[in-house]
Amino acid sequence: MTRSARRTLQVAGAGAAALLALSACSSSDDSSSAKSDSSASASSSPKLSGTVTVFAAASLQESFTTLGKEFEKAHPGTKVTFSFGGSDSLAAGITGGAPADVFASASPKTMKIVTDKKDNATEPATFVRNQLEIATLPGNPDKVSSLKDLTKSSLKVVLCDKTVPCGAAALKALDASKLKLTPVSYEEDVKSALNKVVLKEADAAVVYKTDVKAAGSKVQGVEFPESTSAVNAYPITLLKNAKNPEAAKAFIALVQSTEGQKVLSGAGFLKP
Amino acid sequence: MTSTDTSDAAADTLQGGPRRGRVRTARRGVPLPLLLPALIGLAFLLLPLIALLLRAPWSTLPDQLTSAEVWQALRLSLVCATAATAVSLVIGVPLAWLLARADFPGRGFVRALVTLPLVLPPVVGGVALLLALGRNGVVGQWLDSWFGITLPFTTAGVVVAETFVAMPFLVISVEGTLRAADPRYEEAATTLGASRFTAFRRVTLPLIAPGIAAGAVLAWARALGEFGATITFAGNFPGRTQTMPLAVYLALQNNPEAAIALSLVLLAVSIAVLAGLRDRWMTAP
Amino acid sequence: MTNTHAAAADGAEPPQGPPAPNHESGTGGAGGKTNPAEGRVPTTHPHPKTHRTPDGLDAHLVVNRTTFRLDIKLTAAPGDVVALLGPNGAGKTTALRALAGLVPLTAGHLRLDGAELDRTPPESRPVGVVFQDYLLFPHLTALDNIAFGPRCQGATKAASRAQAAEWLARMGLTEHATAKPRHLSGGQSQRVALARALATSPRLLLLDEPLAALDARTRLEVRAQLRRHLAEFEAVAVLVTHDPLDAMVLADRLVVIEDGRAVQEGTPSDIARHPRTDYIAQLVGLNLYKGHADGHTVRLDIGPAITTTEILSGPAFVAFPPSAVTLFRDPPTGSSARNHWRCEVAGLETHGDQIRADLTGELPLAADLTTVAAAELDLHPGAPVWATVKATQTHAYPA
Repeated sequence: MTRSARRTLQVAGAGAAALLALSACSSSDDSSSAKSDSSASASSSPKLSGTVTVFAAASLQESFTTLGKEFEKAHPGTKVTFSFGGSDSLAAGITGGAPADVFASASPKTMKIVTDKKDNATEPATFVRNQLEIATLPGNPDKVSSLKDLTKSSLKVVLCDKTVPCGAAALKALDASKLKLTPVSYEEDVKSALNKVVLKEADAAVVYKTDVKAAGSKVQGVEFPESTSAVNAYPITLLKNAKNPEAAKAFIALVQSTEGQKVLSGAGFLKP
Repeated sequence: MTSTDTSDAAADTLQGGPRRGRVRTARRGVPLPLLLPALIGLAFLLLPLIALLLRAPWSTLPDQLTSAEVWQALRLSLVCATAATAVSLVIGVPLAWLLARADFPGRGFVRALVTLPLVLPPVVGGVALLLALGRNGVVGQWLDSWFGITLPFTTAGVVVAETFVAMPFLVISVEGTLRAADPRYEEAATTLGASRFTAFRRVTLPLIAPGIAAGAVLAWARALGEFGATITFAGNFPGRTQTMPLAVYLALQNNPEAAIALSLVLLAVSIAVLAGLRDRWMTAP
Repeated sequence: MTNTHAAAADGAEPPQGPPAPNHESGTGGAGGKTNPAEGRVPTTHPHPKTHRTPDGLDAHLVVNRTTFRLDIKLTAAPGDVVALLGPNGAGKTTALRALAGLVPLTAGHLRLDGAELDRTPPESRPVGVVFQDYLLFPHLTALDNIAFGPRCQGATKAASRAQAAEWLARMGLTEHATAKPRHLSGGQSQRVALARALATSPRLLLLDEPLAALDARTRLEVRAQLRRHLAEFEAVAVLVTHDPLDAMVLADRLVVIEDGRAVQEGTPSDIARHPRTDYIAQLVGLNLYKGHADGHTVRLDIGPAITTTEILSGPAFVAFPPSAVTLFRDPPTGSSARNHWRCEVAGLETHGDQIRADLTGELPLAADLTTVAAAELDLHPGAPVWATVKATQTHAYPA
């Protein structure tokens, strides 16, 4: 019983992988293919049911929650549940056997943890990119305008730890501009880095553009040119142990559709 | 058969028998409905630790542990946990005395408040500490503007976070001991001319020393493993605020083997310290 | 004649069984209290409540509890040993705690050597307490237990230890100086507790059931020692006990407390001979009845009359010891006793080589007889008997 279920799952997974690989190749500027994907998922909607479990990077929380609701509306009888967290923890959870259908990670590096263990059913596809931005106190009282301004010793700056994607990206940007920055803390994830600024404990944090946007008026974003040297690609994949591969594939398709991309760019993400 | 039995019994009572006899009756006396869940409980507590040992990367262990960062984090952990225990003793023991001996309205409510940090998720505790003692906190803003003291992102902040989470253990333990202790010893001391404080210092404190020691050990162990409140309130900076649990958590992000190795170090040190303290303090009659 | 009632009743008159005779003659003159039956009766008994001296204790203790009210007056001169005697729950210990300041007074007053102590906290009162189970500090040696008081009073560590060592020597415990309380016997603990209380030079020494925690054999020995130490003590001592023998041996004066009130007060011999409540009568082992006297006859409130040797009129008590009762199977005809009543055995109890019979019937009473006599009379619960008492063995006194 279990074995046969797994076999069908694998077959389905292979099909989805092929489909996704195709869409990933063609999706860069061909919006029609994304549209056809979404219409394809829509056409298969009557068959979809059950729960889709999505493990997604913390920075995706707002946009994916919105997409999840849209998905449930488009496919009555389905339910999308999310587990948001640091990509590394999520990846560790997946390789440890956590029951998930979809994994959307904040970096190829963390995705590699999953693919190395062959826990993915499809080739991961980049669906958005995220750029770093400096989050400062509202009104930017310290007049921060570049990455270099953060190296002033009077400023309390927090970075993400180098083990999490936003930290790695910040390190890359700093290296690229040959700057040396000693923060007061290396935070365990991007949300806690941002929170230190929201709570006014730190003067600035290097976080993602999407996080600055999500925080609204509690922080002020400052773009900096060096950020282009450290743009994070977000890959998404269907997982090998997916219990509901059909609905999961449909959700991935929604994320990559024009509609999905609109929600994501509204949250501050860049197109892949 | 019968004769050997009786001679055995005779030997028992004759030569150092009492102790052997007691052990024997104790073992015979454990009823199965208690023994079975007890063993399951023990297994439940030990199994994860055994798994950690089984899956430990023993071959690469030496490499994992030679980095300076590991020892830095370990040293910081021990220093901060000990400091937090010391702070807990200085302010927690008097608090326990107040709860156990002083009579004031709403004492039960205050006791419930004291245990609140036990149920509060540590991360929430860390946020609460930021709101209270942070640079913009209710009290913290005055600390900053009057004395130039800011606690977040400092080693002192780690001690504050650990104390917040660990002190309730000490208070509960000491308060329990105080309640069980005979308050008439304090009365006897006052009839001999001791003020209430002298009576506390010279009579009550020595009497409840075992309870204080037990509470301190509990608090120390809790502080040593503290993660959520620490990383939220004090942040994470190697050598300053990165304690062992933080190092373990971050290592887990991209190098689970290193995380297991670090956990083993923390575990070994804790066992060594707790076993040492138990022998010295807690086996006294 | 060596049963309990006899010991208690007789003990009141010459209570100095245990202590050494030469010691008595030594201190007898100073305190005069080793001979309470003779020396004390006229001076302390008549008007203790109006008798106020600047020195000594003058207390009116009123303590209100939710279910209980204590209201007793207590006066004592320096050198006096007063025993508060009463059943459990009578309020003896509350009175003691009020004197020590461990329980606040609801009303009344407390003066010691002329100084008002009502509002003084316990640590500032010149009062020493020996607690019932001694409450020796378990973490301190015998020496340090005794040195605790002097140390709290401001003496240096060395001075207070030297003082404690002196007390240990006086108590004959020098070799136990470094012993922790758990290694001391009951009698030794009692002496350390006494020394600890005395080392603060109190003007009022309080002892709560000082012998209750001891076994019967140690008790005899410790009682004698305690009596000697109390005799040497120059200030007021108040002890609380429910044991009449302890009270009578140790104290010059007894205050009997029942339900928070002093029901009788006087010298041990006086109280033993003239009990005024059933509780005291039972304590001292007497049959006690209240009635109305007319010449040699006292008509009891419960019915029958008793012929006595005294000539009285008006309300009166009649008392006689159980040993004065003689029992018969048949109605006594030739007996010279004029007091005889038809009774029934309610219960039997062994007292040493004696048997105490609890009788109901015309006159409820306790009777003592030998086991041989009990066997001859075929006594068993429910058996009918006749009880007689000679008039010469009764004692009547005005109520």
